[in-house]
Amino acid sequence: MNIEEYIASGKLELYVAGLLSNEENLQIHKDAEQYPEIKKEIEAIEAAVRELSRSASPKLDNNMFTAIKRRLNLLDNPKVVQLPKQKTSWATYTGWAAAVVLSAGLLWMYNQNKDLESKIEVVSQEKVDLESKIDNANNSLLETQDLLNTIRDKNIAVVALGGQTVSPESYAKAYWNKKEQKVFIDAKGLPEPPDGFVYQVWSLKLNPLTPTSLGLLEDFKGDENKIFALANANNSEAFGITLEPAGGSESPTLEQLYTLGVAASS
Amino acid sequence: MQLETLVIQFQNKDPKAFEKLYDMYSENICGVINTIVKNSDISQEICQDVFVKIWNNADKYNASKGRFFTWILNIARNAAIDEVRSKAHKNSKQNLSTDYFVSILEDNNNLDDKMDAIGVKKFLLNLKDKCVQIIEMLYFKGYTQKEVSEELNIPLGTIKTRNRSCITQLRKNVLG
Repeated sequence: MNIEEYIASGKLELYVAGLLSNEENLQIHKDAEQYPEIKKEIEAIEAAVRELSRSASPKLDNNMFTAIKRRLNLLDNPKVVQLPKQKTSWATYTGWAAAVVLSAGLLWMYNQNKDLESKIEVVSQEKVDLESKIDNANNSLLETQDLLNTIRDKNIAVVALGGQTVSPESYAKAYWNKKEQKVFIDAKGLPEPPDGFVYQVWSLKLNPLTPTSLGLLEDFKGDENKIFALANANNSEAFGITLEPAGGSESPTLEQLYTLGVAASS
Repeated sequence: MQLETLVIQFQNKDPKAFEKLYDMYSENICGVINTIVKNSDISQEICQDVFVKIWNNADKYNASKGRFFTWILNIARNAAIDEVRSKAHKNSKQNLSTDYFVSILEDNNNLDDKMDAIGVKKFLLNLKDKCVQIIEMLYFKGYTQKEVSEELNIPLGTIKTRNRSCITQLRKNVLG
């Protein structure tokens, strides 16, 4: 091959311009590898064209390659560095999120616990109250049974006291145990005494009419069953209840005789 | 380092090789684009696009089919022509005005003052206007020999040798 003619033909210039066919390109590529002069010539043509093109270039922005790498995700080797970074940040976010959720959960459970504790307290208080009510009821039942037993005693004489002029609607009963010298007054049929007054129970002898005070029905308002136990050592023939000023009187105020009943003669 | 080795590394997606090739060719590529779009900002935008495209299509380059420079020159030329045509006006190569280098020699008014017009003039010294046109058309505008022959009214058979002598003069200017 005549290298000089080959070079002088002008096809190497067209080769650099990219104007030859694939076959011609392939041939020149082979020739250039075989003949260094040809390769050198190609490089010289290319260098001249590059110089001319360079002279037409605007002043390039220094950051242009960085911008290109950014567009291609080539910055800071993202495959090696960013991935673990992302992992860390993912783990961090998850960690913080978990911590927040856990804290919120703990706070919620704490409040729930407080709430339950206070409910338990209320319930225990209620339980105590109920127990005490049951206790009271039991006591009340015992007392009632006791009372019932008392008035069922075979030694008891029952005296019905009827309402008198001042209060015809009133009534009372006296349960008199002569043997034990006690009288139980059931005063449920009496109205509440006005303030500053008190009922006074009298044992009466009829001939001549001699009253003896058996005592006062103290705390009438507060007594639930309105049954009052009084001592009675007298050989009573009748019982009367009068309304007297607080503290009671020496002798009954007969104008204020509420109830009166005669005992069966024994 | 041998260009061939560098290109192979680049084709294996080595960013360092890519950067070296960018350093070597960025001004050439942006320069070629600028001869077509004649606007330094747009040129740089297209130039970026071209390097992105080069990276993404690295595996398509085949050394047996041509020079690496020729490959990227072709990509740059096509990108710039697409840009001009998309804006434009008429859909033919004839309307890609061919007077870039000639206008530098004659009148610099239309050109971006960032360019080194003095350098260009130095390279084009002693080159006939026809030479400047032939080189510009064949290398920077992507004309075929036939198109140059018709445009400049030169017999097709003489384009190859005329181009050879024009490039030879250019090489002297560049070396000098």
